[in-house]
Amino acid sequence: MNIHEYQAKEILKKFGLPVLNGKSYVNNLDSIENDLIDLKGPPWVVKSQIHAGGRGTGYFKNAFNGKGGVQVIFEKNQVSNIASSMMGNVLVTKQTGEQGKLVNRIFIEEGCDIDREFYFSLLVDRTKSQLMIMISAAGGIDIEEVAISDPKKITYIYFTSNQDIKLDEKLQKKLNINKRQLDELNSITNKLLLAFNSIDASTIEINPLVLNKQGNFVLLDAKISLDDNALFRHPELVELKDLTEEDPLELQAAEHDMNYVKLQGSIGCMVNGAGLAMATMDIIKQYGEEPANFLDLGGTANKDRVIMGFKIIQSDPNVKSILINIFGGIIHCDMIANGIVEAVKELNFKLPLVVRFQGTNSNEGRDVINNSSLGLISIDDFADAAKKVVELSQV
Amino acid sequence: MSIIINKTTKVICQGFTGSQGTYHSQQAIDYGTQMVGGVTPGKGGTKHLGLPVFNTVKEAKDYTQVDATVIYVPAKFATQAIHEALDANIKIITCITEGIPVLDMVEIKKRIIKQKTYFIGPNCPGLVTPGECKIGIMPGFIHKPGKIGIVSRSGTLTYEAVWQTSQIGLGQTTCIGIGGDPVHGVNFIDCLDLFLKDEETKGILMIGEIGGTAEEDAAEFILNSSTNKPMSAFIAGVSAPKGKRMGHAGAIISGNKGTAESKIEALRKANIAVAPSPDKMGETMLAEMQKRYN
Repeated sequence: MNIHEYQAKEILKKFGLPVLNGKSYVNNLDSIENDLIDLKGPPWVVKSQIHAGGRGTGYFKNAFNGKGGVQVIFEKNQVSNIASSMMGNVLVTKQTGEQGKLVNRIFIEEGCDIDREFYFSLLVDRTKSQLMIMISAAGGIDIEEVAISDPKKITYIYFTSNQDIKLDEKLQKKLNINKRQLDELNSITNKLLLAFNSIDASTIEINPLVLNKQGNFVLLDAKISLDDNALFRHPELVELKDLTEEDPLELQAAEHDMNYVKLQGSIGCMVNGAGLAMATMDIIKQYGEEPANFLDLGGTANKDRVIMGFKIIQSDPNVKSILINIFGGIIHCDMIANGIVEAVKELNFKLPLVVRFQGTNSNEGRDVINNSSLGLISIDDFADAAKKVVELSQV
Repeated sequence: MSIIINKTTKVICQGFTGSQGTYHSQQAIDYGTQMVGGVTPGKGGTKHLGLPVFNTVKEAKDYTQVDATVIYVPAKFATQAIHEALDANIKIITCITEGIPVLDMVEIKKRIIKQKTYFIGPNCPGLVTPGECKIGIMPGFIHKPGKIGIVSRSGTLTYEAVWQTSQIGLGQTTCIGIGGDPVHGVNFIDCLDLFLKDEETKGILMIGEIGGTAEEDAAEFILNSSTNKPMSAFIAGVSAPKGKRMGHAGAIISGNKGTAESKIEALRKANIAVAPSPDKMGETMLAEMQKRYN
């Protein structure tokens, strides 16, 4: 689960980390004039809050002043104008796609005199099964590019979760900072680690971490991703979820313990298991069509879920035909078959439907499909089923 | 021969009397697995499925000669259940449970390395040595005793591979689903290493998917191993768009890392035959076997 910059900073502030003073606004800017009395400036920084990177270099669909989603303002009376132009506007960045994202949250911060910009992140490294810090003096820009073009500029530090971290003189040299700043960085690192462990984060990224003109570190931006598996331990963090950031269909699927991702093609897919679901998408593509979606019914799929799956797929107007691919293990094919028959009747489903069953009770499932007299097609062979569903999409 | 488990492996179940534990323990017993009991706190001293129930793993270990435990405990309590199994020094721990916090797994990973435990999972289907021992949720009947070692990151796609190798007459020595979580127990390389050393395993089939670099690392391990065992693989997710999460925590592509293309290239470089589509896993494996042994 991702949270917004202002939410991340509120959390990090509680752990004693140096963030700038700021005020956040959701949907309206009602208290802004009052708040500006307390916010020191100039300058002030008005920041669009969306779950996507590249905000500063992005552009608004309604280009009120031709600038990006993060703007530095020097005239106090301009702050609320700029903020209200951003609120409700659509911001397009390199990570949002062309459709952009609606801005309904704004964060206004006090400005900061920046001397140097660093990159800092803390995450779980899956290769080593350890925590990892990535730190670089090449901050503020696209770190992925640095990682490819000049990997030596990034220092990787691995450790297990409950250790005290001590960044050493070697890193001090590499980052070109003085001894006091190294101490400060060590303090920041350990506070971030404490925050990371306390909130069950999966990533904390500070880009940029800056040295201000006074020579002190400040966390200028902050991105936090939380481990979905650990949210049961943090009901207060669940509250931070911004539902407007989620795709409504993906949300609906998730509420029923299914995993749905909308794609651009015309073949609807309903599969049990993520790996098999991807393999099913792959084989559809091999036969010349594109999948309309990824839909994993999950390991404990039941009749209700199948019906909900149909509803979700049905709401995509691009879908021309559907392939249901079930390898029965815990779930029994006949139970899924009954769900399919029920869903087709209940929803008066008209699109061509190919069903492929293997595994537990596949024969019984096949019988249910074949005896349904609903025109459903049952094919045992994986490739033949894919071929058929592609054929049917072109009729 | 087989790897990790065989007909002599004695197994207990944690979360024994719950619905999952009950269903799959019965399936395991029917398959011929040597189930010797189970653990449900507070129900010690009773019987379930004709087997003794214990309050703790330690108690179960004291009263039975248990080699392995399988955990069906719900996610909220699974971390504790795993630590309990590690405290009792059980050497083979399989965790089927999905949804364990990743930082908990980082801690667990430290212990399993230190204690040299075979930890399978979490969020996995389990493992099976056909005709001898089944630990987990896979349907038993799709397996067939035979020559191929199968290791996979996915669940139902593993069943697909198993089924295809059974249908084509190759059968399996042992099949392991290592799970798709970012931090997990045994990995591809651990399993490949065991399969390479196992004489009865004449060929190896590996099923990977997009995300991470585990397949690339496995390919490099094979390249450096100078093995001549026939190997094949399949990578799911060639059609998956970048930056989209496809169910498994693993199945996400970021940047140029972890793409299906980079994995397939690495596998081919290590002389591993990559099945062109998911319905050809069995055929591809058979072709490699025929090249080597005919």
